[in-house]
Amino acid sequence: MHLMKTKAVLAACGLALSMAACGNAGGGGTGKDLAGKDVSCGDFTGRVAEICKAGKVTIGVKFDQPGLGFKSATADEPAGFDVEVAKILAADLGIDSKDVKWVETISDNREPFLEAGKVDLVLASYSITPERRKVVGQAGPYMVTGQQLLVPADSTVKDISDLKGKEVCSVTGSTSIDKINEKGAKGVGFESYSECVQKVLDGTVEAMSTDGTILAGFAAQNEGQLKVVGDPFSEERIGVGYSKKAPEMCTFITDSLKKAFDDGTWAKAFEDTLGPSGVKTPDAPMLDACQS
Amino acid sequence: MDFLTNGHNAYLESFFYTLMLFLVSGVLSLVLGTILVACRVGPVAVLRVAGGWYVTIVRSTPLVVVFALFQFAAPMLGIRFGWVQIHIGTVDFTSFFAVAVVALTLYTSTFVCEALRSGINSVPLGQAEAARAIGLTFGGTMSQVILPQAFRASVPPLASVLIALIKNTSVAYIFGVGEAVAQMRIMTNNYASERVPIFLTFAAGYIVIVFVVSFFANHLEKHWRTA
Repeated sequence: MHLMKTKAVLAACGLALSMAACGNAGGGGTGKDLAGKDVSCGDFTGRVAEICKAGKVTIGVKFDQPGLGFKSATADEPAGFDVEVAKILAADLGIDSKDVKWVETISDNREPFLEAGKVDLVLASYSITPERRKVVGQAGPYMVTGQQLLVPADSTVKDISDLKGKEVCSVTGSTSIDKINEKGAKGVGFESYSECVQKVLDGTVEAMSTDGTILAGFAAQNEGQLKVVGDPFSEERIGVGYSKKAPEMCTFITDSLKKAFDDGTWAKAFEDTLGPSGVKTPDAPMLDACQS
Repeated sequence: MDFLTNGHNAYLESFFYTLMLFLVSGVLSLVLGTILVACRVGPVAVLRVAGGWYVTIVRSTPLVVVFALFQFAAPMLGIRFGWVQIHIGTVDFTSFFAVAVVALTLYTSTFVCEALRSGINSVPLGQAEAARAIGLTFGGTMSQVILPQAFRASVPPLASVLIALIKNTSVAYIFGVGEAVAQMRIMTNNYASERVPIFLTFAAGYIVIVFVVSFFANHLEKHWRTA
């Protein structure tokens, strides 16, 4: 009985420790505030003008992806590339970063949140797909990334083809897990990427897989223990989600992104957030034209 | 209804995992629960106390925490289930399935134990005294006299426990098992425009399984009442 108790205490400590480790996960600094630009709201139409006049915008981002959208336990605001791009968009609406209301959106609630108007925009590593465009608007892409593998530093795995029939960790219900299965490996799903990192570190699975930009963040956090390998085996076009009820958003977002590509603020945001994990700043992607 | 026709029986395969989780951990919980209740009502004081503590502690721990302990803390202590490697067609039962079964069994067995204890308490004390009077040991008293009657009285609460177990298997979806809810999440992610039909289809799957279990429970109840 005594032994059992000791074990239980140890186990509880282990869990607490592993959770603390997740909490400490940095993610590209805290991010700077971006002041709203001087814009006249009369230039906009519909919902865009409404948001501009209100001076407030609600944006859905991820809170658990270092480098993209990450809010540590002690931080007041999320930080990462998605967040920086969101700040650029807000600034073009004349809104200061501090007036942006950040809402956590997980993969499963992005469409419902947009449809219900709980958020005005979604920048949550949101891949553009035809299926999603049936229910929500997606402008962009502002980043193109691909799925890679994160393995222990001493692993001999070079590519997804080395993992045929093996278990590979990712997040339950994500596009990544589907892709893993398509490539002949067996996707096992967890709640968040940090839990997958834990499973790779304790050796239960040989690898985890999702967008290379996300993996780079974790590799940087666990330097010497984990590495990113393999050529990207998918292409994810990350865009901005908006409600179908406000199609005028698309032109605004596209124009705003175009400006950010041209004047270097986009590249700067990339370097500040994903640069530290060793991802080279790519060329700006081609923006999709807005329908209608 | 693209989500049902695209892909290789993903819906049925995911419910096969759910069903296997239910069946394996259900049987194991009934066995462990019976052993636990024997400890709790038995003549050995140490076992009585240990059984009581086990039930109190495990029953009051959230299931997701039990899962997390075995998934994240246990490997640090060297408790691994890597030796579990059963593959049937495209369905795999590996360490993730094993962890889910262990967590569900340890958790559910406490409820089975208490359901059975309520059944035992409903057997008049005279039955045990009579059994002892004709010279039966504790084992004999339990297995020949008390438990058969207790099981009958316990059918309705046991059915509730098992039905709860069916739905509890869904916790495994964030612990690496591709069961029904995990598959549902993949489908709602891929077919954003068919969310409601997807939810309803998966709810229907659970309802069917619960109906079957309820039917057997009702049948057993009637069968034993007339016996």
